[in-house]
Amino acid sequence: MIEFGYNIAKDRQIDFDKNDKRISTYVRENEPSFKTCISCGTCTATCSAANFTDFNFRKLQLMVRRGETLEVKEEIKKCMLCGKCYLACPRGVNTRNVIIQINQAIEKIENHDI
Amino acid sequence: MIFDPFVLPFTIGLLILFFIVFYKFGGWIRKFSSEDKSNLKKALFSKNLFVACKEIFYESLLHRKIFRVNPKLGYMHMSLAFGWFLLIVVGNIETRIHSGREINGPFYPIFFKFFEHNRSTIPFSNFFVFLMDLLLLFVMTGVVLAIFKRFYSKFFGMKSTTKLKIGDKFALYSLWFIFPLRYLAESLSSAVYNTGGFFTGTTGDILGSFLPAADIYYYFWWAYSLALGVFFVSLPFSRYMHIPTEVVLIFIRNAGVVASKQYNTLSEIEVNACPRCGICIDKCQLNTSLDNKKIQPAYFLRDVRFNQVKEEIATDCMLCGRCEEYCPVGIKLNNIRVAKRKDFAVDYIDNYKYLPPDEVAKADVIYFAGCMTHLTPSIKHSMTKILDTAKVSYWFMDEDGSVCCGRPLMMNGKDKMAAELIENNKRKILASGAKIFVTSCPICLKVFGEEYNLGIRVMHHSQYLLQLVKENKLKLNLTDNNIVYHDPCELGRGAGIYEEPRELIKRFNNLVSNEFEKENALCCGGSLGNTKMSHDQRNIIAKDVVLQLTSDNPDILATACPLCKKSFTYKSSVKVMDIAEIVANSISQTEPEKIISRKEALMNA
Repeated sequence: MIEFGYNIAKDRQIDFDKNDKRISTYVRENEPSFKTCISCGTCTATCSAANFTDFNFRKLQLMVRRGETLEVKEEIKKCMLCGKCYLACPRGVNTRNVIIQINQAIEKIENHDI
Repeated sequence: MIFDPFVLPFTIGLLILFFIVFYKFGGWIRKFSSEDKSNLKKALFSKNLFVACKEIFYESLLHRKIFRVNPKLGYMHMSLAFGWFLLIVVGNIETRIHSGREINGPFYPIFFKFFEHNRSTIPFSNFFVFLMDLLLLFVMTGVVLAIFKRFYSKFFGMKSTTKLKIGDKFALYSLWFIFPLRYLAESLSSAVYNTGGFFTGTTGDILGSFLPAADIYYYFWWAYSLALGVFFVSLPFSRYMHIPTEVVLIFIRNAGVVASKQYNTLSEIEVNACPRCGICIDKCQLNTSLDNKKIQPAYFLRDVRFNQVKEEIATDCMLCGRCEEYCPVGIKLNNIRVAKRKDFAVDYIDNYKYLPPDEVAKADVIYFAGCMTHLTPSIKHSMTKILDTAKVSYWFMDEDGSVCCGRPLMMNGKDKMAAELIENNKRKILASGAKIFVTSCPICLKVFGEEYNLGIRVMHHSQYLLQLVKENKLKLNLTDNNIVYHDPCELGRGAGIYEEPRELIKRFNNLVSNEFEKENALCCGGSLGNTKMSHDQRNIIAKDVVLQLTSDNPDILATACPLCKKSFTYKSSVKVMDIAEIVANSISQTEPEKIISRKEALMNA
């Protein structure tokens, strides 16, 4: 087969009628400031972990909203919880608690609690 | 055998109390590790026992630490505890002398005035009657103050008193009744048999003049006995469990049993030793600034004791340590709080494999700015300026962005994740061969000092700068600025560093003192220990603190923590500066060409 140097990308379409909103709902309930995020990316610019790897809090919150639970679980482990993002956030999102609540939501999903 | 049915409630209550208390104590001692057990055994036959007894006398009976917080409150606790204790001791001596027996029924000294009407046979009887009346008066003043405090706590300098659980209510109300009933019973008996002294005798004469004392005095002895019985039975289920537990706790502490990071038997004993006096409630800024009266240690420890800890209570605390500083029992409150957070924390392993391979530079001194300092860059720039001027051979470890020290993770109960970061940083620090480790962030300072086991000197920049000034490596210009210094929680109460920053400021500025300084310092509200507070709540706290600190209109509000600086900067009309910035600004005759050469020097080396 001839290699043309490009191939068909994996389907990344997200069906918003069917996506998994469990983490998103859990975090919104327990940390309402999560709702005020405007995806500006200031958190990512200041992130300690993002200095060394492609960890990205802005992307993380997007994945939570899209319901990409598995990806979130792997991604969130990179966070050092240092709190720089929280101090930089122009919307006052309590980012450290968002991380902690996502952790708990994932654990609850694995234990079939939510 | 001297006996009357009315002694039964008291006697049964006392037996139940002894049974439950010894059952609990036995359970705790059994749960100690074998090392702790041998420590306890050794302490029983060493001078530690005397040290412990002395402390028990000062704290459990005289309540010296409460006196320090407020003398009126201290007197109230002392009159109840020490007064009651003396009543028991003197009463026992009196009855021993009288009966000549070694062992009496436990109720005999308590109800002595009911059983013995003929005083002529007792040696020194007048002296004992006078003494017992005096002691009863002493205790009664305490009871009156205690009842008064429930309704008007401001008189004692307390803005709020602890809310009670059902067991507490039983114990508290029966405690209120015990001594007034004893007073009435003895007075009425005295009206009939003339057994009273200056206090009960006089009252008895007055009461006897219009009451049929001979008919009713018996019922008051019943009531007195019942009140005692109810108090004894409810004691182990109420906050008054602290009375026996504190004695044991002081002994265990003196035996050398130390608190660990986990919730263990010592923590359990500490939790039971909490009297819920409420001193922590007034000291907590979440109460004074935010009117949150749910999370303070008095309530948190109660929840721990009855296994009802909720995540939002455990995590809604700034870990500033003000409560711990004033706790009259000396409970390690932050330790218990963090240990309990572990129950809710999700702790992974192998998270930080992405961290780059170590790039280490050899130097005498390591400078570690810390995450928070990277958000307040003027501090790190000041530090590099100072270090360059002083010609220190140093390595700026996190110049290109820091790997977190691990403390924020530990504060949230994620020890395994923190251990990974600690291991990474430690490897780099040791490889550099430095003798001194300097950090600008007090939050980092604590973890580098206590968890890393580096074997080299760990210093905060305020300490290191003072050392540089003392060694004449820095020449500073005098200014006439009035500076008020804010003690960061982690630096002051956390690491006990109060004097070095002050000495540094005093050398070339005027230091203004403030009511809220040293142990009484307030928290800026920035705290990484709390994950529940919102931005607005933090701002309210920061504003309150700035208002207090700048009440004398200083020229500069100085602090020694980047997070404190960040919290204050936009709330203060007074200029907020880190101590490193103040020093950097005062350096006389900087020589610019030498500053630029730092990186080159590193590269050449």
